Amino acid sequence: MAKGTNDAKLLIQSLRKAYAATPTSLKIIDLYVVYAVATALIQVAYMAMVGSFPFNSFLSGVLSCVGTAVLAVCLRIQVNKDNKEFKDLPPERAFADFVLCNLVLHLVIMNFLG
Amino acid sequence: MAKPLVLHLLLLLICGSALLSSGSVIHPISDAHRSAATELFVPAADGSFGSLEETYEALRTFQILGVDRSSAKFEGTCKTVSEKLSSPTTTKDLYHALKITAILGCRTESIEFDGITSRLQTAVKDASSLLELYYSLGGLLTVKEQGKDVILSDADGTFQAIKALSQSDGRWRYDKDSTGSSAFAAGIALEALASVVSLAGSDIDQSKIAVVRKDITKLFDRIKRYDDGTLYFDEKNVDPDQYKGPLATSASITSGVTAFAAVSSEKLNIGGEKILGLAKFFLSIGIPGTAKDFFYQINSLASLENNRISIPLVLSLPATVLSLTAKDQLKVEVTTVFGSHAPSLAVSLLKVLTPDSKEVTSFEKKELEYDPENRIHFLDLSPLKIDVGKYSLIFKVSVNDPEGADLYATGDQIIVTAFLTGFIKVDKAEIAVSDSDAASESVQKLDLSKDSLISLSANHLQKLRLSLQLTTPLGHSFKPHQMVVKLRHESKVEHLFVPETSSRQYKLVLNFLGLVEKFYYLSGRYEIELAVGDAVMENSILRSIGSIELDLPEAPEKAAKPPAQPVDPLSRFGPKEEISHIFRAPEKRPPQELSLGFMGLTILPLLAFLIGLLRIGVNFKGFPTSAVPATFAILFHGGIGAVLLLYVLFWLKLDLFTTLKALGFLGVFLLFVGHRTLSYLASTSAKQKAA
Repeated sequence: MAKGTNDAKLLIQSLRKAYAATPTSLKIIDLYVVYAVATALIQVAYMAMVGSFPFNSFLSGVLSCVGTAVLAVCLRIQVNKDNKEFKDLPPERAFADFVLCNLVLHLVIMNFLG
Repeated sequence: MAKPLVLHLLLLLICGSALLSSGSVIHPISDAHRSAATELFVPAADGSFGSLEETYEALRTFQILGVDRSSAKFEGTCKTVSEKLSSPTTTKDLYHALKITAILGCRTESIEFDGITSRLQTAVKDASSLLELYYSLGGLLTVKEQGKDVILSDADGTFQAIKALSQSDGRWRYDKDSTGSSAFAAGIALEALASVVSLAGSDIDQSKIAVVRKDITKLFDRIKRYDDGTLYFDEKNVDPDQYKGPLATSASITSGVTAFAAVSSEKLNIGGEKILGLAKFFLSIGIPGTAKDFFYQINSLASLENNRISIPLVLSLPATVLSLTAKDQLKVEVTTVFGSHAPSLAVSLLKVLTPDSKEVTSFEKKELEYDPENRIHFLDLSPLKIDVGKYSLIFKVSVNDPEGADLYATGDQIIVTAFLTGFIKVDKAEIAVSDSDAASESVQKLDLSKDSLISLSANHLQKLRLSLQLTTPLGHSFKPHQMVVKLRHESKVEHLFVPETSSRQYKLVLNFLGLVEKFYYLSGRYEIELAVGDAVMENSILRSIGSIELDLPEAPEKAAKPPAQPVDPLSRFGPKEEISHIFRAPEKRPPQELSLGFMGLTILPLLAFLIGLLRIGVNFKGFPTSAVPATFAILFHGGIGAVLLLYVLFWLKLDLFTTLKALGFLGVFLLFVGHRTLSYLASTSAKQKAA
């Protein structure tokens, strides 16, 4: 058992080290995703407590968080230099797409919010 | 519901039987006619009744009926009439004006009779139509009756002129050119011929008068008859505008024939029966509704009253409903048509017939006694031992003086319908409730003369029996027109039953077991009402005899509901039921503190994000430093901020269209600015990589 925990500790430490090596921009994006998901979870917990009466509001709130998280993940994929697929895509272009898609998403969300 | 129903049925039966009787009710002219005349003929302010003809008709009717004509109003009439006589007018107006003068007894000093006479004589010579001749000759006759000397030149020629218009069937044409003839014209012609004979004296050839007598006989062949001996004249095959109706035609012929009979030395071969038939026709009208009809009726009856053929005598009963209880006598009056007294007569009651035309065999021919004071023939009914009921009485009238028998027309057999009413005894009236096996009965005697009410109770397994006997004053069993028993529930639902008759008794048996469905399963108190009625029953019964508490089983699901009782019609306009609206209950919302708490909780991850960013070590090193790119960068961020602000506004108060419009502008701006900024950043990073 001690070995197990030891192994887990070692695993986590090595993951941490590896993660520290990632570039700052990617870390920012990861943090953003974590933030969005956390907000979504809080909203779901609230709904679980008080019931889903204005269901459209709940959906729009949760989907905005989830949508923006998804877009951020897409941005991370495209910006990541280690990703061979998107070698030729300039990161600014990816960022511009991210901004545009977010704006469209949030327009729809605001309309659905009610 | 039953009370008006029973009364209506009783009235209907009485009226129906009166209408269907073979002898129509005829009464001579009485005061009722006189008062009707004053109501019908109402003079205007100046004393006239409309046209000259209408005024003449009204005044003649008043004269015959003996209505007062000396009113001051008629002074004015005299003046108008005398003015008419002096001015040039038609022959018809002259005729009527002269007649009015004669009736009212106007002063004749101012009237120029010579001028009038010569005008009329010219009219007679130049006349081309029957009516012209009639009016001019009538006028001349009236002048002669005033006492003036009137000569008719060429009386023969005038007679011939009138006679020339006659037809072979007894009718007359109006003038030489018209092809249609009518019986009305015949009456006018006969009156005109009578005027000629009166004016001419003995100048007329008697053979010509004899020819006219034959014409009258032919005319009377066309007479029409009703079943009860009433006779009248009517037109056939005339123009619709010439058709005058049976009353006018009969009146015209009556006046003409009686006028001619007065001037004819030999008696006309008509016969008293026809005169009596015509008199009956005029009397059977009763009181006419229009002024013209009234005049025709009264004028014709006046001609018949004193005619030379035979004077009709009318038999009438002042009362046709005779009560055995009150020991009424059968009273009969025989008078002339105007109610004046007749000569000495013998009236006998030949037969008494029941409604189905069977003779009452116990009755033998009886002669009625005469009461000279009241001029009534009467007969005591009690010794005759005739029971209650409706009867047809057959009378015969004969004049005592054998010579007078020719002068008067009394008719052969006169049939009159009379009702003999009496007190009907109700015997052995019983009401009982018995079990279905008829083992035990609780009988209660009903005494219908007292006001007592009985009360019973029964359930659906029992039977109700009601029985009674009805007897006439003479002891025979009586069958009334109506006997109905009504059971009425508290909720006003009613049921009617008719008792059955057997030998002497009326019995009603209600088996409640079979009636449960008919009663709509309504238990409770039912009021029992008995109705016994007949035209000859003086003591008809319509009263409640008591009540019965009925216990019926529960109604099954599919049972018929009792019929809805009539609702007070005015309740429709009263206040209606108040409607309470039910609104959708609002959804349960969480308490406000909880919602605000969670809102705060949602901000937490944002703070954590910002702190995390600082921990990672974000910097603004990549922000462009030189002026133009920096401006663009600021504008880019500002643009994104503006879009987000627009979204917030959209959520708060804007609508989609405004938002989209603004977004369009902002989007274009943002694209432009973003492109500049990002391309600048891309170029700087490419330079760095290259370097």
